[in-house]
Amino acid sequence: MPTFTSVLLDNNKNIPDKIILHLQKAGGEDLHISYKELIEGSSRYSYALSKSGIKPGEVVVIILQHGLDLIYSYFGTILNGSIPSIMPFLTEKLLPEKYRHDLNSLIEITKPSGIITFYEFKPELTQLEDNSALKKILIVEEINQYESKNGENIFSGLNRNPDDIVLLQHSSGTTGLQKGVALSHQAVFNQLESYSKAIKLSEKDIIVSWLPLYHDMGLIASFLMPILRGIPLVLMSPFDWVRAPHRLFKAVSDYKGTLSWLPNFAYNFCAKKIRKDDIEGVDLSCLRAVINCSEPMRFSSHQMFIERFLPYGLKASALATCYAMAENVFAVTQDGIEKPITIDEIDLETFQKEKIAKPFKESLQSIKMISAGKPIAENRVRIVDDNGKDLPDRHLGEIYIQSNCMLTEYYLRKDETQRSLLDGWFKTGDLGYIADSELYISGRKKDLIIVGGKNIYPQDIEAVISEVEGVHPGRAVAFGIFNEDKGTEDVIVISEIESLDSEKGNLISDEIRRRVTQSTAVALRHVLLVDEKWLIKTSSGKIARSANKEKYLLEYVNIITHD
Amino acid sequence: MENHERELEKMERSEIIQLVGSRISSEILRTPEKIITADEPLISSGLIDSFSLVDLALQVEDLFGVRIEDFELNVDTFDTLFQLSDIILSRIDQ
Repeated sequence: MPTFTSVLLDNNKNIPDKIILHLQKAGGEDLHISYKELIEGSSRYSYALSKSGIKPGEVVVIILQHGLDLIYSYFGTILNGSIPSIMPFLTEKLLPEKYRHDLNSLIEITKPSGIITFYEFKPELTQLEDNSALKKILIVEEINQYESKNGENIFSGLNRNPDDIVLLQHSSGTTGLQKGVALSHQAVFNQLESYSKAIKLSEKDIIVSWLPLYHDMGLIASFLMPILRGIPLVLMSPFDWVRAPHRLFKAVSDYKGTLSWLPNFAYNFCAKKIRKDDIEGVDLSCLRAVINCSEPMRFSSHQMFIERFLPYGLKASALATCYAMAENVFAVTQDGIEKPITIDEIDLETFQKEKIAKPFKESLQSIKMISAGKPIAENRVRIVDDNGKDLPDRHLGEIYIQSNCMLTEYYLRKDETQRSLLDGWFKTGDLGYIADSELYISGRKKDLIIVGGKNIYPQDIEAVISEVEGVHPGRAVAFGIFNEDKGTEDVIVISEIESLDSEKGNLISDEIRRRVTQSTAVALRHVLLVDEKWLIKTSSGKIARSANKEKYLLEYVNIITHD
Repeated sequence: MENHERELEKMERSEIIQLVGSRISSEILRTPEKIITADEPLISSGLIDSFSLVDLALQVEDLFGVRIEDFELNVDTFDTLFQLSDIILSRIDQ
């Protein structure tokens, strides 16, 4: 039975000179990394971890910017048999104290033995050195001084079992960092097997990605899958891409890329924010699938994207969709591979009022739902009501999934693991319906905001707002509202304040915006300040997010639809 | 067009700051009533998130016909309207 280490070392032995990674950096030359170089580079990290007493099965948190060091430290941790977990790097925009708080949440729950980071970042971590589980903070600049060690017998990772945990994946924010999705070697391989078949992955493919590695779509589909299965990967930094989205198309054109995964907002972003001059002469005809995944998928986003890039050779048939989550390693369903995506036009009113997706005939308003496809091999999907009872086709309910690639657990969180499972089914918290065996996703049952593919827990935003002077502590609510123009959610905040004096109100509202953006890296769309008693509470006195969202939509929706 | 260019050349820093500021308020922050001061941090304060940096460059291009390169879209190059107006002025001159 293979493990990550055995597969990597097999590739190193059989195809050492194969270029597996083209790493791009704005303003620099592309780096071309073979399996031999990958193992050599990673072996330094494996050696450093082992020398520091960090053992197989122990967690190593990696806090590095996108680049070769991040990649080598990731595989070095795996070669040592330890469990890597990538924590987003502290950017200039984030509040250092909030970042430290988040980091502490991660450390307290995950109890890592090691942290790998840059020299300049070490001072941020000194307060953690009292933590009993933490053996060593390893510094990249020091590790890079080591000689590489390339010999099979030195890697403890060879002694891992397929059922052992190979990696942890976290969502961002305090809440996300406290719930690490633990995946086994076997689960990842099972996923890659089923998913490769679903997307007809072959040696002819070249994957192009700008996605961050701390996200499942970036880590699994656009990093581990190509490297473990021998498919060349062109990887750029999300930091570079968001400032120059045309880089993705340039890379596709230069390297003849065939596959790319994008969150829905990127379709709108690319269609609207790329200058004509910047993509002159690019050829996108090589792309056989652009796969929309990780936030609600919109028909209008696809339309916008294909209209803009058709003149550059993009094929309409390349549009594809996928429903995925870290708890299932990655994909659950897939559509649009060598076939058009199925579109289900339904009656809007029946859908909203009765929660039934009735095919559109002659009613007033319809909505075009795009299918997320059928379950990939060894994956099953059910739609259930609030009592966990199966619902018939076309009825909206919660999506439960079961597969051979599910999480082992939320790492060291028995409570959360138990809460999320029911008789071997994972309760996704997403809402959807099934029609003709195809899954359609419509929203979420749990309170979660997704902006640009990134999960944001409203409770994290609410906690930040509660600390703003003049705000009633605990009297704030945050939620997302879909913005058709951007193709992703806008974040709205409502907060009860002590006095509705307008001058003070402006200061409070500015401060809320500043703190929320600094702690989540997302700018707020609207800050609504209200007086006491505006917010609706549940019978137990908690603030009801969905009820307040409904109230907001009724009273203030004009502000949103205005632009 | 020639008139437009002549106008740009004569443009004072305060006008540039005012123009960019109101564009950011109305088009990026979508709160037209907000006044952004010349030395108010834009990027480091989180006023402009990373998804809007490209927008900022496109707005400047639209207003003055000068290009802010993607590698310039960070705090090291500019963080305030004042610093941004430096870049714009130096490029209008050329």
